[in-house]
Amino acid sequence: MADVNRGNRPLSPHLTIYRPQLTSMTSIFVRITGNALLVAALLIVWWFIAASIGAESFATADAVLRSWFGDLVLFGSVWALWYHMLGGIRHLIWDSGRMLEVQESERFGLFMIVGSLLLTLFVIAVV
Amino acid sequence: MAFLTDRKRAAGLGSAKTGTEHHWHMMVSSVALCGLIPFFVFTFGRALGGSYEEVVAYYSQPFPAIIAILTFLTGFMHFKSGVQVLIEDYVHGFWRKALIIAMTCLSYTAMAVGIFAVARLAL
Repeated sequence: MADVNRGNRPLSPHLTIYRPQLTSMTSIFVRITGNALLVAALLIVWWFIAASIGAESFATADAVLRSWFGDLVLFGSVWALWYHMLGGIRHLIWDSGRMLEVQESERFGLFMIVGSLLLTLFVIAVV
Repeated sequence: MAFLTDRKRAAGLGSAKTGTEHHWHMMVSSVALCGLIPFFVFTFGRALGGSYEEVVAYYSQPFPAIIAILTFLTGFMHFKSGVQVLIEDYVHGFWRKALIIAMTCLSYTAMAVGIFAVARLAL
């Protein structure tokens, strides 16, 4: 394999060459939401450890989580959580060999957007 | 003579040999989280906003405490594997290894702190 040209081969088209599409964008947002959830997860862990230590430390963490900044992160994360979960369900369906047609994927992508927003509104209404 | 069938030798082995295992862990943890997350959102959402005494009393009950522990355990395992793929896709060389190690340590630490906190609250 010593004569293989490794530096100058044509590359398959990638992100920069396609216009944004529902399938690609909904997939990219699954990755973004999943990783961004770390922020809320660490805030919540902090809230729990503060509560386990005592009333004083709990007051500090609780104030941050219930401030406008905390509200912003938590409600954004509730949406991210539902969106990422619906995206994960789409992956599980794909893994079973179903819904691999572009049209079906796009329909599920729309369902992820609408469904995650509705579930977020439901959480805001209930909690 | 080979006693293994071709199918048996190939099953579960991609070219990298280990990718299927990683993918399978993601599948298992994601299915588990589909069950846990709704419970966690509504139990934690109920506790958040209460006074210190109310929060301690709420998480002294078995159900919300067990849900929180399972969510920390499964959620941070899922995150550890997920963020590893993110790093592998975009970061190369030294920083790839350094970031994967750092995020793995962070995941286990957050998991341990969360579980310890809920256990201490509940007991």
